[in-house]
Amino acid sequence: MNAVQMTSMQRTLTTLGHREPDRVPFFLLVTLHGAKELGLSINRYFSKPGHVVEGQLRLRAKYRSDCIYNFYYAPLEVEAWGGEVIYSDDGPPNSGEPLIKKFQDIKRLKLPDIGNTPCLEKVLASARMLKEKTKDEVPIIGVVMSPFSLPVMQMGFDRYFDLMVEAPDLFWDLMQINEAFCVNWANAQLKAGATAICYFDPLSSTTITPKDLYLKTGFEIAKRTLARIKGPTATHMASGRCLPVVSDIAKTGTAIIGVSSQENIREMKIACKGKLTVLGNLNGIEMCRWTPAEAEAQVKHILSGAGAGGGFILSDNHGEIPFQVPDEVLMALSEAVHTWGRYPLDWVTDERGI
Amino acid sequence: METIVNEFMQALLSLDRLAAKRILENTVKKVAPMKFVEEVVAVALERIGAGWQDGTLALSQVYMAGRICENLVDEVLPPGDPDRKDQPKMAICVLSDHHKLGKIIVYSVLRAGGFDLSDYGVMEVDDLFQRIQKEKIEILLISVLMLPSALKIKLLKEKLTASGINIKLIVGGAPFRFDDRLWEAVGADAMCKTASDVISVIKTIMGGKI
Ligand code: B12
Repeated sequence: MNAVQMTSMQRTLTTLGHREPDRVPFFLLVTLHGAKELGLSINRYFSKPGHVVEGQLRLRAKYRSDCIYNFYYAPLEVEAWGGEVIYSDDGPPNSGEPLIKKFQDIKRLKLPDIGNTPCLEKVLASARMLKEKTKDEVPIIGVVMSPFSLPVMQMGFDRYFDLMVEAPDLFWDLMQINEAFCVNWANAQLKAGATAICYFDPLSSTTITPKDLYLKTGFEIAKRTLARIKGPTATHMASGRCLPVVSDIAKTGTAIIGVSSQENIREMKIACKGKLTVLGNLNGIEMCRWTPAEAEAQVKHILSGAGAGGGFILSDNHGEIPFQVPDEVLMALSEAVHTWGRYPLDWVTDERGI
Repeated sequence: METIVNEFMQALLSLDRLAAKRILENTVKKVAPMKFVEEVVAVALERIGAGWQDGTLALSQVYMAGRICENLVDEVLPPGDPDRKDQPKMAICVLSDHHKLGKIIVYSVLRAGGFDLSDYGVMEVDDLFQRIQKEKIEILLISVLMLPSALKIKLLKEKLTASGINIKLIVGGAPFRFDDRLWEAVGADAMCKTASDVISVIKTIMGGKI
């Protein structure tokens, strides 16, 4: 099996089955670089689904990534609820003024109608076009914010922490409506052509929420939400840490965990063995100043720590490569995984435990 | 004092404002409020910050602890109280970014540590450059969350250098926690990985060591 070259889809499915494919799958989660490829501003790039389709296809051809990433930007979801999005020339769009100004506003929130919300429709349109063009050769990744993480953009981080302490009933009301949105939004993307959904949930990371609180909140919310999403899911901590809760995350029904560069990748792989596929954990911020040689060394370091036995996908630690990362570094990452990621990883001397 | 610090920290971590207040009230019967601030509040917040940095505590605990302490300290040392430190003129802002939580936490830590400082809110480079000159700021604290915002600090530094202005820049926020060299690359004088480290950095600056 290993000698035969697999498609990106076969490679990914094999690793998800905790077996070794022909080589380590490489998920290069680039979004903003598509604008660079097309010579467009970031704002214009995201204004038409056709741009994103063209950008993703060009980026995949260039860097030989094993997935297509149909992610626009996180604040798109608050735009759907009537919130403000602020564009930048050299970075991802950000959410603006919170749409929930007082806790009581939660009672008045109206669930967005997925089919009638132009910003969401763009994402569905690009999912359909990408599916049409790539068939089942490569996984198309759709993205949702978790119901537990979305409120940071809906109401601001400090007010959200205050809400949890001061008005727990309203917190649960907000979770209920956010869960409904998240499920509808994920299922619409799956129906349009996404192969799997990446569930961004950094609020559940131990960087943000203590374990005991996570078990009462983010964990229960994820279990309920993922059960209603009609397709495979990956959970991403967006570079927050999660080792102390990773065995709980495995119980939420997810297949993959996106891991921070602040984690020891070998320890994480051992903790996830047979339960979750590990996705990670190249440091996207540091990557801006890496030389090609450093990029190669980082790939080798991660592969030697977590590659053996499958159950592993090489990627960045956040779920999006910063706009400032030079093309030559992305190319070096790609070359390194194509060179050093071929199974069996016989250059790795210590595979104990992984 | 060690027992008091531990009890106070426990009160903060269990979000028990009343218990924290009781400890403060009992202690300031015996020692000066400033001593309590320096030897209990600042130490407890520093340990909580260190716990976040090593992964044993979470941000929600850091935030809540800062908030509780800020309010308590304001009661015993109101803003402008002569007992508040003889300190450099300081301001804090979020630079070209829409994320205010980092700034809110650092502000709380400093106020809870007995410092006074101006809160500029969200600023862009040019306005900030004008304002810190006009107000003769000696230490400027900058918080960012997005990488492009972090990179803008370099523009501010270039303007300051070109005008021969010597203001100390202390920076912080997620991008700096992911790249240890970024703070130097943008021309800052110091960086803190966690909010509570800021007190010792300011003390070092005041001692003329930075
Ligand atoms: C939770 C999270 C999310 C949540 C909520 C985000 C939010 N705050 O709005 C969600 C899922 C919504 C999200 C979305 C996005 N995120 Co996000 N997210 C995170 C995460 C995990 C924590 C962010 C956070 O708010 N922390 C709380 C603040 C207070 O922490 P902090 O900045 O570190 O501050 C502490 C210290 O650094 C210090 N400090 C801070 N400032 C200062 C200043 C001074 C003077 C001092 C002394 C100390 C100090 O004090 C604080 C407490 O100790 C980080 C990664 C991470 N592990 O930190 C990524 C991160 C912030 N996200 C990032 C990005 C890019 C995004 C998106 C733009 C992605 C996209 N393309 O859509 C969106 C934008 C969202 C928006 N609001 O518009 C990047 C930003 C850097 C970059 N690449 O440009 C990060 C750093 C991830 C990464 N490793 O690259 N995200």
